[in-house]
Formats: sequence, structure tokens, C-alpha cells
Amino acid sequence: MSDVAARVKKIVIEHLGVDADKVVDNANFIEDLGADSLDTVELVMAFEEEFSVEIPDDAAETIVTVGDAVTFLEKATAA
Amino acid sequence: MARPKSRIWSGRGWSYLRLFVAVGAKAKAASAAFWSLFMFDLSGKTALVTGASGGLGQAIARGLHRRGAIVGLSGTRRAALDELAAELATNVHILPCDLADKAAVEALIPAAEAAMGGVDILVNNAGVTKDNLFMRMKDEEWESVLSVNLTAVFRLSRACLKGMLRKRYGRIIGISSVVGVTGNAGQGNYAASKAGMIGMFKSLAAEVASRSVTVNCVAPGFIESPMTDVLNEKQKSGILAQVPMGRLGTGAEVAAAVVYLASSEAAYVTGQTLHVNGGMAMI
Repeated sequence: MSDVAARVKKIVIEHLGVDADKVVDNANFIEDLGADSLDTVELVMAFEEEFSVEIPDDAAETIVTVGDAVTFLEKATAA
Repeated sequence: MARPKSRIWSGRGWSYLRLFVAVGAKAKAASAAFWSLFMFDLSGKTALVTGASGGLGQAIARGLHRRGAIVGLSGTRRAALDELAAELATNVHILPCDLADKAAVEALIPAAEAAMGGVDILVNNAGVTKDNLFMRMKDEEWESVLSVNLTAVFRLSRACLKGMLRKRYGRIIGISSVVGVTGNAGQGNYAASKAGMIGMFKSLAAEVASRSVTVNCVAPGFIESPMTDVLNEKQKSGILAQVPMGRLGTGAEVAAAVVYLASSEAAYVTGQTLHVNGGMAMI
């Protein structure tokens, strides 16, 4: 697991209060992890803070699974 | 009979001193508890008040400041803001802003957060009127009132949400108006903006309630202000005939409602409109 993936998963576990084994790449925040729509906004805020990046609204809307977040943030932090 | 040279240095003197120090330490530890006995304490909270160069905004800023809040004064008339800031002296920041200017609106919350370290309480008080009969109302009169009274409130509230969600604490308060609920001839634009604020805040209240952020309106009736000062006796008596209390309200009475909604005591009150109108409309 990459460093980015580990940090993303830590945030998701802490914010949503879910078991680590549920936080897999294809886990959907809302359908699989019990997030509400405001949770997804807050997760994006937490990612922005953790990685010191800005995630524009249209990009944020495409981040619906743990894997989406990891992929986006790996690209954003590599740049 | 031998006596100690100085009573204070005797064993008993020391024990008095120790007792005094111990009581002092206890009192200090208890002072937080002591002050919390007073309701509506806003010590350490940061509050941004728009329209603080107007009469009602000044009263609201004074009310919040008196309960211990750090206040940010926003408004268009710099001299009035300076004067109020000088009166409040401490825990006050001046943040001039013309709410008709989109860029200025978008810069206001970041500026307030930078100056005060956050915005715990946002009081959307600024408002304008451009009264006209509906049939005569120009698009410009409609748009300018909606832009300041509703669109700017939307933008400011949206901008301060991030900080409030993160903190799991926030108070968004809108100064609506009795006419937003009752309607008023000649104020189609103003009444629409004030009713719009109520519906907008109910929606926002539902969205952020789970994060301990509350969103409420205060709806004043006829309040003493430069606007009502210019009315003649006949106009005044016409207005007062509609008010069971038989007098105009004061800015301080509206401010008290704002202080309540801003306080931690009002934590379970959200999506509401608190009417401060002397019984003019009982809704």
C-alpha cells in the first residue's frame, strides 16, 4: 500500500468511524461505508488539509470510492 | 508576659496567609464555573456582523461584545465603523465590505477568519430597501435588493461553513423581517428577500444540524432607527396602531434575540424564526 493510500484510509477510518478492513479501494463512501452527503464534503476537506492540495468541486464530485480518492491524490501530490 | 514580636510571623500568622492563598487558588479554579452561571456567555467566540455601520447592526455588535464575543464589524460607512470600534475598544476588528460587490463579498469571510482566527457566529444583518409599487418596480430595484439581502447572505453563509463544520460549532443568524412573513405593499422585492432568507436558512439548518451548527432568523417588526426617526407623527401613529405593544422596538431588543440564538444555550434551536415585533404579527 502506498503512503498516499495509507493516509487516505486513516482519514476515512477516523472520520466515518468504520472498521479498517471495510476501507478497501472499491468501497463506496455512501453505499458501503455509511457516509452521508455532508460526510463526503468533509472527507474532501480533510484530504485537502492532509495533502495540502485544493480539490475543485467538479473533481470532488468524481471521488466516490476510497480508490478514487487515492488515485486523485496520488496524481495531485506527484505534480 | 512574653509576646511574639510580630503577630504575622507567628505560627498563626502563617496559617492565615496559607488560608488566604488557598482560598485564592480555589476561587481562581472556580471562576470558570462561576462565570458559567451567567447565561448567554460568548467569551472567546468570534462574531462577524454585517451592516454594522447601521443602527441595528451597531446594537447587535454591542450586544455580542457585551457578552464577551470578539466582534468583526462589516459595513459600508467606514466612519461609523471606526466610531463603534473606538467605543468597544477591545476585541473588535473593522472589516469594511460592500455587499453589492461580489468580489468584496467573497473576500469578507477569509478576511474575518484571518483577523479573528475564525468565524463562530455570522450575523447577516445588512439589508437595503428600494420600495416601489409592484407595477412600477424596475428590474434594477428588484435585482439590487435581492443581491444584497439574499445572494450576499447565501455567499457569506456558504463561505463560513467550512470553518464551522471543522469546528463542529457554528451559529448562522439572519436578520429577516416581519414583512418577509406578512408581506407589505410597496415592498415586493424586500419582502421576497426576507422570506427567501427564511426558506434558505431552514434548508441549510437541516443540512448542518448533525454538525452542531445552527441556522436561524430573527424577524424584527418596527424598530427605532434613522429610518423611523424621519416619520411624522401621523405616520408614526399609523404604524403604532398595528402594534399591540403600542411602541417601536429598540435595537437592543433585537440584539438580545441575536445574543440568545448565538449562545450555547440555544444549541437545540435551529431552522427557526424568532419574531421581535411587539405582537404586531403573532405567527
